[in-house]
Amino acid sequence: MKTNDKKPTRKELPAEGTEVTGSEALIFSLMKEDVGTIFGYPGGAIMPVYDALFDYRDRINHILVRHEQGAAHAAESYAKILGKPGVVMVTSGPGATNLITGLANAMIDSVPMVAFSGQVPSGLLGTDAFQETDVMGITMPVTKWNYQITKADEIPEIVAKAFYIASTGRPGPVMIDITKDAQFGKMKWHYEKCRKIRSYFPYPKVQMDKVEEAAHLINKAKKPLLIAGQGVLISNAQKELMQLVTRADIPVTTTLLGLSSFPADHPLYVGMPGMHGNMAPNIKTNECDLLIAIGMRFDDRITGRLDDYATQAKIIHFEIDHSEIGKNVPTDVAIVADARDALTKLLPLVKENDHKEWVESFRKEYDNEYRKVIRPARESRGDDIKMDEVVHMISEKTDGQAIVVTDVGQHQMVVARNYRFKQSRSFVTSGGLGTMGFGLPAAVGAKVARPDRMVIGFTGDGGFQMTIQELGTIAQHKLPVKMVLLNNSFLGMVRQWQDMFFDKRYSFTELANPEFTKIASEGYGIASKFIKKREDLESAVEEMLAHKGPYLLEVKVMKEQNVFPMVPAGASVSNMVTE
Amino acid sequence: MEKVEEFTVKVYSENHIGLLNRLTIIFTRRKVNIESLTTSEYHLPGVHSFTIVINTTESMIRKITSQIQKLVDVMKTFYYRTDEIIYQEIALYKVPTSALLESNEIEQLVRRYNARILEVTPEYTAIEKTGHKEDTQELLEKLKPFKLLEFVRSGRVAITKPMKELRVHLQELEEATDYSNKY
Ligand SMILES: Cc1ncc(C[n+]2csc(CCOP(=O)(O)OP(=O)(O)O)c2C)c(N)n1
Repeated sequence: MKTNDKKPTRKELPAEGTEVTGSEALIFSLMKEDVGTIFGYPGGAIMPVYDALFDYRDRINHILVRHEQGAAHAAESYAKILGKPGVVMVTSGPGATNLITGLANAMIDSVPMVAFSGQVPSGLLGTDAFQETDVMGITMPVTKWNYQITKADEIPEIVAKAFYIASTGRPGPVMIDITKDAQFGKMKWHYEKCRKIRSYFPYPKVQMDKVEEAAHLINKAKKPLLIAGQGVLISNAQKELMQLVTRADIPVTTTLLGLSSFPADHPLYVGMPGMHGNMAPNIKTNECDLLIAIGMRFDDRITGRLDDYATQAKIIHFEIDHSEIGKNVPTDVAIVADARDALTKLLPLVKENDHKEWVESFRKEYDNEYRKVIRPARESRGDDIKMDEVVHMISEKTDGQAIVVTDVGQHQMVVARNYRFKQSRSFVTSGGLGTMGFGLPAAVGAKVARPDRMVIGFTGDGGFQMTIQELGTIAQHKLPVKMVLLNNSFLGMVRQWQDMFFDKRYSFTELANPEFTKIASEGYGIASKFIKKREDLESAVEEMLAHKGPYLLEVKVMKEQNVFPMVPAGASVSNMVTE
Repeated sequence: MEKVEEFTVKVYSENHIGLLNRLTIIFTRRKVNIESLTTSEYHLPGVHSFTIVINTTESMIRKITSQIQKLVDVMKTFYYRTDEIIYQEIALYKVPTSALLESNEIEQLVRRYNARILEVTPEYTAIEKTGHKEDTQELLEKLKPFKLLEFVRSGRVAITKPMKELRVHLQELEEATDYSNKY
């Protein structure tokens, strides 16, 4: 790391009209877009840009990941925490193809991201040149927009467009492929932010007649239920959401990606709906007279069997993406707009209301779930530690104030169920794609985004090994991420399905694992601890939280614990099973 | 089961490389086959138009067009049933000139089907017919016994019966958009 100790030489942007290279123009454009951090990995076709970056490394932080997939996930997480695009930079060919999972993940979870890949010189396009791959063709289905730059002077305009498209409307990933000759080429520097594209209409105006209809339904509802999705976080509508539900006395449930948009300790919070959600919001979905959905897309993991989903209720759908309206669930009133805009217009029309009995009835369902499922899992007395105990303890010890990141599987659902988020923008997970390997790099991205906050990344033993190399990123950049590895020696979620739906035939789901703490501590110099006894849990958690640097806590948990309650795939949300 | 019908999709867009690819992905991803596709420049500057014919259900065509409308480079998309458009396809047929000379049957067909002879050489004769698929298909069947050498039918071109112009649609979209300081 000697080279990086050299002080950067240049700091300021050149005057408009100054001749610069395409690579410099790219770096300046990123500075114009207020990019603080790039997650990347260099290689031949992007070297000119990396060379230009070298002079500006005190203006733009670069996190060197260990695999391009990690760069994408870190950038997504960074974007979710800060509400602005994450930026990725990779080389051509394998560098670009390694991004695909991350792009797909960002696409389905509406995460703003701008990724740059180097490309072979334009004269060699289509010749199967070394490390050439059809990045445009390959990324088209997994990006909101993509573009190939072949001339230096296209760079500012396209970068401006990329950031505009990635962050506006329903956000998503944008891929920009830049040929090497465009990076070397010369151009006259100029920059103008993009504010409008003639074929793109990102923010529909709020239609007041619809808002009035919605207000009317809300004012006369006796048993309203509100589902807050990620759209609340994307549009920063947390405050408006709070005003709406406290004024009209409406219970709030948050989707997996909507978690932390509403404080879990609020009396109107009733948990998470869906397959591994809480019983109250699921059961009450089929009892409410009005369902208000904000910034969510009625994913099948939420609705269960569609023709038995909230059929008794009127449905109001706030959603910025018109193509989501009526896609899965027919709605009575659709408000196609930014959630905060719409709620701001709605609020003056909403009357104070009181639904005491209805709100209380959720409590009864919760108590039932608590008795049947939650408490037995948290207060286990058997020899084995259960995942719920660990997550619950960490939630208590951090007072629900941490940024929490997960991988995919049982532990993800256990975290979503047990961590009591009190602060907004505090949960990062892979929802729509369910990408194993997301957790560790996402924890990196979250910590880079908010160095001032505690970041805790939960992973399973399977997913941890999909991107375990990012321990190197954590070590090199000295990122004080807390990692909690819930090790059940199984691909737990798949094993649960084998248990429940495939006659307990555990086909290739048992894992023979390495000594993870050895890898972390001896290999990467990251402090770690392995525990398997309940009496060691509390002190280990405290030690991890108090530790200054990165820390891996591996907890050996029960091998065959199943996550309950559950709406089995294709069943109705009112039929949750508890065992 | 919802009934399958023929729909004509019109897409107006920027003329960007790769857009056709993005469009077809929307169909293929849903396993909907494209029956015919025509692209051309529109009369408004810089606007490109696609005319796509597919057989599917109305709920599917609705989903497809709303996905198309979402594409950043697409200005506006519509779908029409056949009675809402005026449309044509063009077909070209190549027969050996010897077959033309053997009798006057081919010439009679040409006249009866409102087709026309484009070119006659000692070896081949080229015939053109414009019309709906059924008409060009019928002529094809009739010409087959005459040692037909080649046949091709174009994609559909269509103009629409509704009077509202694209310009007005775009203006409305723009007026319905909030460009105020969100970004
Ligand atoms: C990349 C990828 N491959 C496969 C899967 C299918 N899958 C979903 S959950 C899961 C098991 C995860 O096991 P582990 O990481 O140990 O976590 P656990 O469920 O035990 O908490 C698998 C294999 C996936 N989601 N992602």
